[in-house]
Amino acid sequence: MLQDKDRIFTNIYGWQDSGLKAAKKRGDWDDTASFIKKGKDWIISEMKASGLRGRGGAGFPTGVKWSFMPDPEKTGKPHYLVINADESEPGTCKDRDIMRFEPHKLLEGALLAGFAMGAHAAYIYIRGEFYNEGSALVTAIEEAYDAGLLGKNAAKSGWDFDVYLHRGAGAYICGEETALLESLEGKKGQPRNKPPFPAMAGLYSCPTTVNNVETIAVAPTILRRGGAWFAGFGRDEKNTGTKLFCISGHVNQPCNVEEEMGIGLKELIEKHAGGVRGGWDNLLAVIPGGSSTPLLPRDICSTVKMDFDSLREVQSGLGTAGVIVMDKSTDIVYAIARLSFFYMHESCGQCTPCREGTGWLWRTMQRMVTGNATVEEIDMLYDLTKEIEGHTICAHGDASAWPIQGLIRHFRPVMEKRILQYRKAAKAA
Amino acid sequence: MPKLKINGTEVEVENGTSILQAAEQVGYEIPRFCYHDRLSVPANCRMCLVEVKGAPKPVASCAMAVGDGMEVETESDVVKKARRGVMEMLLINHPLDCPICDQGGECDLQDQAMGYGFDRSRYRESKRAVPNKDLGPLIKTIMTRCIQCTRCVRFGEEVAGTPELGLLNRGEDVEIGTFIEKAVSTELSGNMIDICPVGALTNKPYAYKARPWELTKTETVDVHNGLGSNIRVDSRGGEVMRVLPRLHEDVNEEWIDDRTRFSYDGLKKRRLDRPYMRNAKGKLEECSWEDALTLCAERLQKVPASKIGMRAGGLCVVEDLVAFKDLAEALNVKHISAVPHGMLLSTASRGHYIMNSGIAGVEDADAILIIGFNPKQDAALLNARIRKTWLKKRLPIAVIGQDIDLGYPCEFLGTNLKEIDKISTAKSGFAKEFKSADKPLILLGSEALQHKDGEDIHKATAALAEKIGVIGKDNNWNGFNVVHAHAATTAALDMGLASDFDLKKSEVVYLLNADSKVLETISKDAFVIYQGHHGDRGAHRADVILPGSAFTEKDFLLVNTEGRVQLGKRAVFAPGQAKEDWKILRALSEKLDKTFAYSSHYELRERIYKDFPDYRNVDVLPQSSWVTPSSKGKIGNVDIKVDTDGFYLANSICRASDTMHQCYEEFVLKPLNEKAA
Repeated sequence: MLQDKDRIFTNIYGWQDSGLKAAKKRGDWDDTASFIKKGKDWIISEMKASGLRGRGGAGFPTGVKWSFMPDPEKTGKPHYLVINADESEPGTCKDRDIMRFEPHKLLEGALLAGFAMGAHAAYIYIRGEFYNEGSALVTAIEEAYDAGLLGKNAAKSGWDFDVYLHRGAGAYICGEETALLESLEGKKGQPRNKPPFPAMAGLYSCPTTVNNVETIAVAPTILRRGGAWFAGFGRDEKNTGTKLFCISGHVNQPCNVEEEMGIGLKELIEKHAGGVRGGWDNLLAVIPGGSSTPLLPRDICSTVKMDFDSLREVQSGLGTAGVIVMDKSTDIVYAIARLSFFYMHESCGQCTPCREGTGWLWRTMQRMVTGNATVEEIDMLYDLTKEIEGHTICAHGDASAWPIQGLIRHFRPVMEKRILQYRKAAKAA
Repeated sequence: MPKLKINGTEVEVENGTSILQAAEQVGYEIPRFCYHDRLSVPANCRMCLVEVKGAPKPVASCAMAVGDGMEVETESDVVKKARRGVMEMLLINHPLDCPICDQGGECDLQDQAMGYGFDRSRYRESKRAVPNKDLGPLIKTIMTRCIQCTRCVRFGEEVAGTPELGLLNRGEDVEIGTFIEKAVSTELSGNMIDICPVGALTNKPYAYKARPWELTKTETVDVHNGLGSNIRVDSRGGEVMRVLPRLHEDVNEEWIDDRTRFSYDGLKKRRLDRPYMRNAKGKLEECSWEDALTLCAERLQKVPASKIGMRAGGLCVVEDLVAFKDLAEALNVKHISAVPHGMLLSTASRGHYIMNSGIAGVEDADAILIIGFNPKQDAALLNARIRKTWLKKRLPIAVIGQDIDLGYPCEFLGTNLKEIDKISTAKSGFAKEFKSADKPLILLGSEALQHKDGEDIHKATAALAEKIGVIGKDNNWNGFNVVHAHAATTAALDMGLASDFDLKKSEVVYLLNADSKVLETISKDAFVIYQGHHGDRGAHRADVILPGSAFTEKDFLLVNTEGRVQLGKRAVFAPGQAKEDWKILRALSEKLDKTFAYSSHYELRERIYKDFPDYRNVDVLPQSSWVTPSSKGKIGNVDIKVDTDGFYLANSICRASDTMHQCYEEFVLKPLNEKAA
C-alpha cells in the first residue's frame, strides 16, 4: 500500500485549501525555474525514466510522446500543449478532483510540459458540465498570473507561457484528442484521421501534444523527486508509478484514491472503498477502467492486479482506472445495454461502422435484456462488435464494442438463460 | 519515390500518393464511397480499408499515404471481412427501394453491394427514416437513402465555394441539410447529384423519367457559354432526357454548371418546327419551305446589299457561321456580325480575343485580375477553377467592374476604366503584388466590351498586360485572356464576322438564332427573316421564320473561348420540318441562284478546313503569337458596365425551359423580394 509520504496528490480530498498559498505549502511551484534551466532534454529524459504512461486511457509513454514534438526552429510554427480535461468516461472522476483541489499541480505541469515541447501556450479543454471545476481552475490561473508564475517570464524561468481555459459543450467524443482539437478550433467535434498525428499537425495544423490532466499534474512531482523515484513504484518497468483510482458502484465507500500501479483489485476495493456491499462473495463483476473496458467476473477480480499489462492479459484494460463495482443485485445484461445506449448516443456519426453499428448493438442489447432474441444472435452480436472494432476513425467504435465482448465472454450463460426463459414464458402465454 | 508491395506486386509511385491510388495503378480496385479525386479525404465511409503489414488494424487506404517498403494486402481475409462489415452497416439503414430509385443502375452502393455485400440481412430492428429536404428546383432529396459520405458537403465547401450543406446532429441521427431550410443556390449544384454515390440527391426535373440503360448516350459539347464544356447528352427516342458532364481535365474537369445540365427541357418547348410567314393581317401563318424560301430570296434580292443587315446569335456553331458568311458573300453584304451586340475589340491577332493561358492555365497563375464580368455567371467552371487555384495558393485576386461575391476573397478596385491604368502606376496593394507576380493573369470579360468604349477598354487592358509583363514575362507565359460569354463569339471573330453597323438602317434583316436585345433597334418597316430553333424574341419580330436545329440536333464544330476546337455530335433529330441551319442557308443560296459549292456536311467541313486549317486540330489548345495592338486606347472617364442577361435566362433555350424559370424565381427573384421586404 502506498505510504502517505509517496502520495503526489496530497490534497485530492480537498481537506486543505486549493489556493496558491496552500499549494505552495504542499510543495507546488517550488523552484520550478530550476527544472526549466536544466533544459528540455533533461525534462524529457526524466519523464522517460519515470516510465509514466498517459493517464487518459490509452497508456502511451508520456516522455516518448513529448519527444515526438519537432524542433520549433525547424517547423517555424507555434507549438501547442493541449490539456484534455474533458473527463467524460463513465466511472471516472479523477481529473475533476485534481482541477478542484490541486489545480496548481496542473498549471505547474503545464508550464514544464509546455517548455519541454517548445510551446508557449496551453489550452485546457474542459468539459462543459464541469462548471465548478472550471471556476476553480480560472481562479487558480488568475492566482498564478498574479504571482508571475504564468505569462511573460513564467515563474522567472525565462520562458513565456500562457494558459487558456476553453469550455466544451459536453460531448463525450470531444475527449478524443483530435475531436477535441476540432472542437477547440471551433468546428464540430469529429475525430480526425491519423496520420498525421497531432505532433505533426494538430491544433491549427501546428505541432500539438494532447495530454490528460493527470498526466500533466504528476509531471512536476516526478521532476522534483526524480524519474527513478516514480519508476520505483509499480509492477514492472512498463507499469510504473502511482495512479488515481476512482472506485464507484456497489462498494461501501466510493472514493478516489491514489495508489501504486499494480495493486490488487481486491485489495484496492477492500482497503480503500470499504469493500463490496455485502462482502466479496456478493461481487458479480467489475469494470476496471471506465465504461469502455470489458468487465471482469469475480474470480478474475480476486487475483488481478491493476495495471496496464495485467489487465490486458485478462482481455480488459486499465483505461482511466475508473473502477465500477457491481454486486449480485445487478442485472448485468441491462447494465451493459445501458452502456451501449451511451455509446450510441455519443457517437459522432462520422464513420459508418460506429454510426450504424452502435445503434444496432443497442437495439439488439435491448432485446437481450428481456430475452426476446435467439441464442444465435449472441454470436451475431459478438461478430458485430468485431465488425466495428478496429474499423473506425477513432477508438469510439472499439469502446462501444468492448463492453459487449466482455459480457458475452463472461456472462453468456446468463444471456442464454434469459432467452430460454422468455421463450418459455411466451409459450405459456 | 517510394516503392511498395501491393498484394505481392512491387510498384513505385509518386511521393504523397495514397494507397488507394497506388493500388489502382497496379490494377487493384478498392471500393470506396466517400473518397473522390477532386475533394478532400475524410475517410469516413471505411469501405476502403486495407491491411498494411505491421499496422495493428486495417487502415483507410484513401487517407494513408504510401511509405517506402510498405506491404499492402487488398484482398486478404481481414480486408474482406472489414469490407463486408462496412457494407452490412451501410445497408442496415438503407431503404430497399432500388426498384423505384432514380439512381438504380448507376448507383455505387448497388454495384458495391453486389461485390462485397451479404445476400441477406441480419438486421431485425426498424430502419431509420430521415425527413427529406427541400433544396430547390434542381436537387431532389430522399434523405433516407443517404449514407453520410459528405461528398456533397465537401463539394459545396471546396469546389463551389458556397458552404450551404452540412452534416447536422450526431451519431445515428446525422443528416445532410442546410440547417435553416433553403435552396442550394450555387451555379454548380447539379454536380452534387453526380457525386452522390447513392440516390439521396437526384435530378429533380429528371425524376422517374427514365432508366440509365434505356438511354442513348451521345458525347458532345455544350453551347451555353464560351467554355465549351464536354457533355454527354442522354436521349431516348427523339427526346433529350438529361445532360451529364464528360471528363475533360483542361476544360470542365468533371463538372458542368446548372444551365448546361438543366436547361434541356427548353429544347422541347417553344420549338419552331415549321416555316412561318406573316400574312396580310400581320399574323404569322404556317407555310411551306418552298414559299418561305422564295419569299426570303425575293426580299433579299429586292434591296441593295448595303440595306441588308445580317446577325447571328451566340448559340451558333462553326457550320452555321460559315454558311451564313457564305450567304453574305454571295449577296455581297458587308453588314454581318455574329458577336454580341455592340462588342468592339481589336482583332489584329488571334491572341487579342482568346484565352491565351487556356482555362487550365489559370491554375498556374499567381495573381489574377478580373475585369468587367461576373465569372460566376458567364463561366461558372472558370470561377471554380479560380477558386481551386486560390485554395491551393491563396493568391491575390482583384475585380474591376462589379462588386460581387465570387466564393473566394477578392479585392474590388472600382468600376472606372482608369482603375486599369492605375494598376500600372500604383506602388502598393494589389497592384504591387500583381506586378511582382511571376505569372500574372488578366481575365477580361467580353461583356465589358459591349458598348462604345469597348475598344478602349480592350486596348487599355492589352496595354497594361504588355507593360507589366502579363505577356512574356515568364518565357511562354501569356496571361492575357478574353473570356467570351457565348459559344459563337470566338469563331465569329476568327471569321471576321464582327462588323459594327447600325441595324436601324437595314431594310431587310436576316437573324440567325439572334435573340438578344439588339432586336429592339430593328426599324419598324424592316423585313425580318428569322432562322432559328426557338420561338423567342427574334421569332416574335420575324416576318418569315425558317425553323433551324438546336445544338443537340446537328453535328458541329465549336471553338471555345480558348480557341480550342471541339466536335459536337447529333443526339436527336430536329422536330417537325426543322432542318440543320447550314442546309437552310444552302437551300436559300439555290433560290438566290448563287448555289454554295458544298452539298453535304462532309463538303462543308472541307470548305471550313480550307479557310481555317487550324480547325482540323480538334481539341488542341492553340498557341497564338502576340502582336502589340496598334494603339493604347484612350483612358477616358469610362464606367465599365457589365451588361448581362443573368445566369438562368441567358439564351433562347434557357428562356424556354421551365426549370430555368423556376431557378430564376428561386435564386434571383426571391432574394430580391426578400431584400425589398
